[in-house]
Parts: sequence; C-alpha cells; structure tokens
Amino acid sequence: MTTFLTGWGRTAPTPATLARPRSVEHLSELVAAAAGGRGVVARGLGRSYGDAAQNAGGLVLDCTGLDTWTQDEASGLVTASGGVSLHDLMTALVPRGWFVPVSPGTRHVTVGGAIAADVHGKNHHRDSSFGAHVRSLTLVTADGTVRTLHPGDPLFRATVGGMGLTGVIAEATFACVPVETALMRVDVQRTADLDETLATMEATDDRYRYTVAWIDLLAQGSRMGRSVLTRGDHLPRDDGKESPAFAPGASLRAPAWVPGGLLNRVSVRAFNEVWYRKAPRRKTIVQGIAPFFHPLDFVEGWNRVYGPRGFVQYQFVVPFGAEDTLRDIVGSLSAHGTVSFLTVLKRFGPGSGGLLSFPMPGWTLALDIPVGQRGLDGLLRGFDRRVADVGGRVYLAKDSRLRADMMAAMYPELERWRRIKDEADPAGLFRSDLARRLRL
Amino acid sequence: MKNALGAVDTVLLLGGRSEIGLEIVKLLVGLGASRVVLAARGDLAPPALSAEFHVLPFDALDVNGHGAVFDKAVELVGDLDVVISGFGVLGSQADYDADPAAAARDVAVNYGAHVSVGLHAARVLREQGHGTLVMLSSVAGARVRKSNFVYGSAKAGLDGFAQGLGDALHGSGARVLIVRPGFVIGRMTKGLTPAPLSSTPRQVASATVRALREGASSVWVPRALGPIFAVMRLLPRALWRRMPR
Repeated sequence: MTTFLTGWGRTAPTPATLARPRSVEHLSELVAAAAGGRGVVARGLGRSYGDAAQNAGGLVLDCTGLDTWTQDEASGLVTASGGVSLHDLMTALVPRGWFVPVSPGTRHVTVGGAIAADVHGKNHHRDSSFGAHVRSLTLVTADGTVRTLHPGDPLFRATVGGMGLTGVIAEATFACVPVETALMRVDVQRTADLDETLATMEATDDRYRYTVAWIDLLAQGSRMGRSVLTRGDHLPRDDGKESPAFAPGASLRAPAWVPGGLLNRVSVRAFNEVWYRKAPRRKTIVQGIAPFFHPLDFVEGWNRVYGPRGFVQYQFVVPFGAEDTLRDIVGSLSAHGTVSFLTVLKRFGPGSGGLLSFPMPGWTLALDIPVGQRGLDGLLRGFDRRVADVGGRVYLAKDSRLRADMMAAMYPELERWRRIKDEADPAGLFRSDLARRLRL
Repeated sequence: MKNALGAVDTVLLLGGRSEIGLEIVKLLVGLGASRVVLAARGDLAPPALSAEFHVLPFDALDVNGHGAVFDKAVELVGDLDVVISGFGVLGSQADYDADPAAAARDVAVNYGAHVSVGLHAARVLREQGHGTLVMLSSVAGARVRKSNFVYGSAKAGLDGFAQGLGDALHGSGARVLIVRPGFVIGRMTKGLTPAPLSSTPRQVASATVRALREGASSVWVPRALGPIFAVMRLLPRALWRRMPR
C-alpha cells in the first residue's frame, strides 16, 4: 500500500510502500525481500518531528503490530518488542510500582523509536538517555538475520541513536525505575531572565530527578529568557498519598483542520504572558505523571494546531562553558521575534555512548516554530554554524532541515558510525529521507 | 532531499548554458543546494559558487542519449530534487519561412526534446517518490501569434505536454512546475525590442524558486501575465490577428 508519510511536524510528505510486520520472522522476510529497491526504514508511532521515518519511493515498516512485552518482577527488567508504546508500558507498569527509565515529552513513542533516537527526558542530568538503560537488544539486519547485541558491541553503539539505519530493533531489554505512587512532587519557580534561569538550574538541578524550564522566547530586554522552572520527583507513598491508577487519556482533540497563521506573534505573546503570570513565583504542588511528563498528550493531534504548512522543531545542545552561544541564540530569536509556541531548556548530563546520540553534557534548547516565518531557514542555518563551532549539535529525531555539511562537525563519531553501518549494511538497505538529506 | 522549509539539495540543469536555468541554479545554491549537474553541449565552465558541480555532455536532439544523462546524473549526486528542462532556441519567423527544415529542427529542440527529457525525468522522479521537474514554457505558447508561430507552436506543445505530465505524476510525490515568462531580456532575445511586461532571467529565476518553495504547478512571470492571457485567449481571432507583434 502506497501512503504519503510525514513526521509529527507535518512537513515534506513523501510516498512509501507501507508494510506491517506481524512477527519478527515476518519482519525478517520483509527486510530480506526489500534488497535492491529504494531501501527500508522502520516506523513506530510517527512522533519524530522530521523525516526520520519516511522513505520516499521505498518501504516503510510500521512496527506497531509488534507489541508484546514481559517484565521480570524481581529485577524490574522489561523485555519489549520494538513496537510497544511507552504509553502501554506505563499504563501497566505504574500500578505495579515501576516507571520507564526515561520518558520524552510524549508517551506515544515506541521502544524501538526511543532507542533509535536515544530519547532523553527531564531526568537526563541524572539518568542519561534511554539507550543507557538498555541491557540488550535484538536487531534485524540487512540480510534478514536477527542479531542480539549488548552495550559493549560496536553495532549496539551504532544502533542507539542510529535513527533506524543499522536495522530494525525487534526487541529490547531495559531497566525500569521503582515508583511508589502515580504522583509527582513538583517545585514550580518563576525566573526573571535568562541568567537567573541558568543560575537556578545549575544550582538546584542535582536536587531533583526531573527538571525543565519553559522559556518565554518573545520576552525582550531585561526580561529576555524569563522562565518557569518545574522540577520534580516521584512522590513516595509515605507522604500519605494513595496511588491512583494510571489511566491518562487524551481529553481534547485538535480540530481536523486548522487555518495557517493561528500561532502568530500576537497569539503566542498573549499565551506566553498568561502562562508566565499564571505560574506561582515559587510553590510546591502535587501532580499526576501525565500532566508533569506529557502535558501535550492531553490534546490529541496537537500538531495540527500549527496549520496546514506544519512546523519545525529546532533542538540543539551546546556544551557547558558555551553559555554565551546559548544567550546569543536566545537573544537573536527574541530580537527576530521568532514565534515558538513551546520553548524548553534543559541541562544534560553524560551521554549514553551511542555514536550518533544527541545528548551530551551541556544546555539544550528546543523550539517549535510554525513554517512560513520569513527568513527562518537562514536564521536556523546561522544557528547551526554557531552551535557546531562550540562543539554542539542538532537533534536528528527532531530535525527536518539541517544540511549534510554540518553533520561531521556536530557528530564527531560520524565516520566511525558509517564504518559500522557499512559493515552491517553494505548495500545501504536501511535508508530514510533523513538519511538522504544528511547523506548518512 | 528537499527539507521541511523547501530548500533543495541537488539540481540537474538540462541546457547548462541557459541563462534562466543558471540563474535558478545560482538562487538554489544560495538557498542551500549543494550538488549540481550541468548538462550541455561542449565544454562548460561551472559558475563560481559554493557547491559541487558536475558537467555532463548533453545534446537535445540526441534523444537516444537522454536516458544515459539521467542515469549518470543520479550516479553523481543521488536523488534529483529539481530537474530543469531549460534548453531552447529562438529563430526568426522570416528565417523559418525561408528554411522549413530549420523550423522543424528548432521545433524538435523546443518541443520534441523536452518530451523526451520530461518522460525520462518522470521515470526517475516517480521512482524516487519526490522531486520537481521545471519546464520553461512561454506566453508565446499560451496563444500563438502570427509573428512567431513556429516557436509559439512548439511552446504550446511543450506547455500542453507539461500540464499533462503534471497531472500524470499527481499522487506520485513527483511534480511539474511550468514557468511561463513573457519577453525575457537576454541573450536569446538580443536585437529584439522588449515587449511590455518583459522580465530578466534573474526575475524569472526568482519567481521560479518562489514557486518551487510554494509547491505551485505553474507560474507566470511577471504574475500579471496570468490574468492578461486569460483574457487574450478569449479574444476573437479576427482581433488577435491584428494585434501588434
């Protein structure tokens, strides 16, 4: 079946033949049969923002049918098929007293996607990214064979963060985190400007498992970079709170069609003002897991709010010590009046060892920008250079516009990754639109 | 691959000396295109731009060789994001009246060769599932005039072919962009008096690049020619015959 696919940002659709493997054996057959064509890439729930799970003119394997999992109750280790969603895992695991080791801003990602993108969450400064918690994985490689890999294997390191280009992740075993309730104790704090935001995060991050800052990107002058920090921990049972069942559902649904231009400078400025002022100067609250980790999952299909032209997410990391670059970029965005509905700042801890993994120790900023703003491509290309110059990088799982010539500077292990990929996939069977665009 | 903001990476220009084609290439390179193939007759020095340039031999009338040009271009730069079918010749109607064989030859370049190139491009782009073929049509083909009906009829054929090809490619991920400039002040029209609403190769290129980004299927340059020719097409022939030029 030929289907036009896009990433979550809904930009640059391309057609592909979509197949849905029913089992690992079926998956192997489909991969082996695809030799000689336009290549194959696995797709999960389609939450990568850009073109990572598209393959123009080729084969895309919808792996969401591979959805079985088990847990070892003593160790908490979960063994899950690549297509299992973190939502399904959380729904079952939280009442049993376990939580996934890392959760990105949405629960609707698969285990395979979480490893291929080596996703990070609000706990990166403490717990690194998803790949750091994987004990083993099975990979269907280009000849259709199923290989079991461990963290010491070169192919394992090329697969974690490898954007699905080394093979299809059929199954993974990873550690989970014990929790006593389905609630979070959250400290909310407002900061007056970017310097206060950075200083507060630096001084207090290590006290919390989960931290993040929302930045008002349209605030200018002395208020530039003003933020709302949320920092939290799982609430222990002895706080007197009972553990309710974890059964979050989307409560709102974005309309099927939204006109372009809804998110503009005026509407976003108004939203930011309200959001900032509504936040308490300093307060501790108790929140459920879903509103703390996945506030956007509350609105089903929220990506449609950006209108028919879609949006790009720009997320970069700069190492500690390059705060001036971060300040310059926030200043440029603020001065340019870039409309970003959600702007999020985080401190990263150590990376997971994945050769193309995004997270590295430093500051990471993520922006959601509607397509159609004048000069956007040039502005972001300028940022790419500044980020690369200080040894930083752009996140491939969210990228949809980076140029190939920036890759080597941003990902110093690229050549090593290419050698391992070429050895495992000599004919270059695993391909995606992202891989073509970035010549991976 | 084209990125989310519409910037393209690879370009194939058939008719590597085409002024309009080269202006389009320059603009696309400025916007991020990094690999370009220029297909042209004889030796050709690529423009001094910050991109990887390849030059391939291409003869519009050697239709048997067109397929190999595409295959070689793909081998050199991978998927083709933009293919510009940009070659063409403009002779005077008086010369054509005196030399019907020359007229037939130029029609073969201005129409027949584009058919061949268009079908090869369609094959490659359809297989890729993405990419845009830019076909340089003309207002001369929108309604053919007695003062240059050989050239105009070839452009009319090309325009019709490009429209049909665009429809045939619908749903494949590949697209056709038809560019319809009016009088273009350049090498091709040297010695001719510019018509009203004339443009430069640079202006045609800018409009083309904008249309590429917007995913349009056709663009008139200047834009005003669109509504003007909507009316021109409806003029009674008796009146059309008497129009100047």
